[in-house]
Amino acid sequence: MIETERLTRRYGNLTAVDALSIRAEPGQVLGLLGPNGAGKSTAMRMIAGFLAPSEGTARVCGYDVQREPLAARRALGYLPEGAPSYGEMTVREFLVFIARMRKLGADMGRRRFDEVVGWLQLEDVLETSIDTLSKGLRRRVGLAQAILHDPPVLMLDEPTDGLDPNQKHTVRQLIDAMARERTILISTHLLEEVHALCNRVVILAHGRLQADATPAELEARSRYHGAVSFSAPGSGVSQEMLGRLPQVAAIEVDPLDGRITVFPKPGVRILEPVEQLLREQGLEVSEIQLERGRLDEVFRQITTAPNGAGA
Amino acid sequence: MSPVSAVMRRELRSFFVTPMAWVFLVIFLVLAGILTFYAGDFYERGQADLQPFFTMHPWLYLILVPAVTMRMWAEEAKGGTLELLLTLPLTLWQAMLGKFLAAWLFIGLALALTFPIWLTVNYLGTPDNGVIFAGYLASWLMAGSFVAIGACLSALTRSQVVAFVLTAVVCVLLILAGQPQVLDFFSGALPRRLINALAYLSMLRHFEAIARGVLDLRDLAYFLLSTLGWLAAGVLLLELKRVR
Repeated sequence: MIETERLTRRYGNLTAVDALSIRAEPGQVLGLLGPNGAGKSTAMRMIAGFLAPSEGTARVCGYDVQREPLAARRALGYLPEGAPSYGEMTVREFLVFIARMRKLGADMGRRRFDEVVGWLQLEDVLETSIDTLSKGLRRRVGLAQAILHDPPVLMLDEPTDGLDPNQKHTVRQLIDAMARERTILISTHLLEEVHALCNRVVILAHGRLQADATPAELEARSRYHGAVSFSAPGSGVSQEMLGRLPQVAAIEVDPLDGRITVFPKPGVRILEPVEQLLREQGLEVSEIQLERGRLDEVFRQITTAPNGAGA
Repeated sequence: MSPVSAVMRRELRSFFVTPMAWVFLVIFLVLAGILTFYAGDFYERGQADLQPFFTMHPWLYLILVPAVTMRMWAEEAKGGTLELLLTLPLTLWQAMLGKFLAAWLFIGLALALTFPIWLTVNYLGTPDNGVIFAGYLASWLMAGSFVAIGACLSALTRSQVVAFVLTAVVCVLLILAGQPQVLDFFSGALPRRLINALAYLSMLRHFEAIARGVLDLRDLAYFLLSTLGWLAAGVLLLELKRVR
């Protein structure tokens, strides 16, 4: 479990993290979302014990990171931003070093080493020095380091940054598999990741918490939530017809591909009436879609809102 | 395995991965030899001891120690591995101690590899090997103090060059503090008691006292306390960086 209470970090006049209170429970993958410079990494550094908070507290598995730092760090697996590792070491040397630092012991160490190396497909590069590895492999080494001691709490700062789509998929599967009995906090600015991984999202901007919700709840805030979009070649007439439907609030036509999006009035379902109308008009619709809402739009809306204009 | 020895082993290994460590060793040994035989008049003195050899050590360390310690924290801060290291379950003291021990052992190795000169002097005459042993001990203790200074100042900066220069400057000040010329210079301006304190701070005075074969507790305490003091200052610097 990760809990923070009014966690605050100041650098001179700048408040990088401002009274942040979040809570992540076992079984949860909590996504920390925000534009660059929103304070995600600073918040994680405080939870990991690398930076001391200016105010407030953070607890990992109930251990206060300031008062019981070693117990808190033992419970935590942490992948810092950019996945730093000792470049001159081979992958094997590096992981053995981590195992020693984590006091894993010979048997436990060897078993976990084999497991983790297998999961992250590092077998072929064990004797390669980390400096010469590709960005994706280096990130996997960083992940291996973070999960080597099988921690109950995992905190990953941009775990898929710089990975290709296949590697991203592998890493997400891994996180998904580990999520069941663990608490996982990841930071990201990739919205696709939120869908793929997180069951709750905290959005930060200017160091402040702007939203704490499930991805579905966030999508529901989108203007697009419940909207219906379809492509109907040569549908100049139907636009007018659609506008006459009592449930419709607005209609937009994509100037590029002519795709029509129909926005509902608040709390009204419009898929059926739109479909019915199209049928009655005898219009050919190649494909029709009910929108869940667009996270990128909600994200923009939340992180650029004037109430976040502290800096 | 304790975190201290894990850190120490990692540091030692990282010394020897690059050719740097070997280059340092060779430079140290060559310089030690040259200075002893040419500048120290090893033969011409006609005495079976290693006095000219040990006299050169403070000056050798002035170059060698900062070169070994400059990367200690500066490199970690620059490469981001500091965040990795300091979020592992170990205290700042353990991290500092592990790194210090690695560098000190490395200097110890360099010192041990000067053994041919000990063989030489034993071949040429019958020296007092007790005094020679005391000389080696004094030299290694002094190296420990220098390494602790380097460890502390490396924590101050991300730049290895800055760490090197700062360490060399502090070391040279501590070597020179007790020299008669320096003390004379200040004797007019400073009260007697401060001059004595300044003289007491000098590395050279304590080094030479032990190297003469006199194991005075005060000289041992000087090196022990200055080493611990500088390491503590380094730990404090790291802690300040965390709070900043």
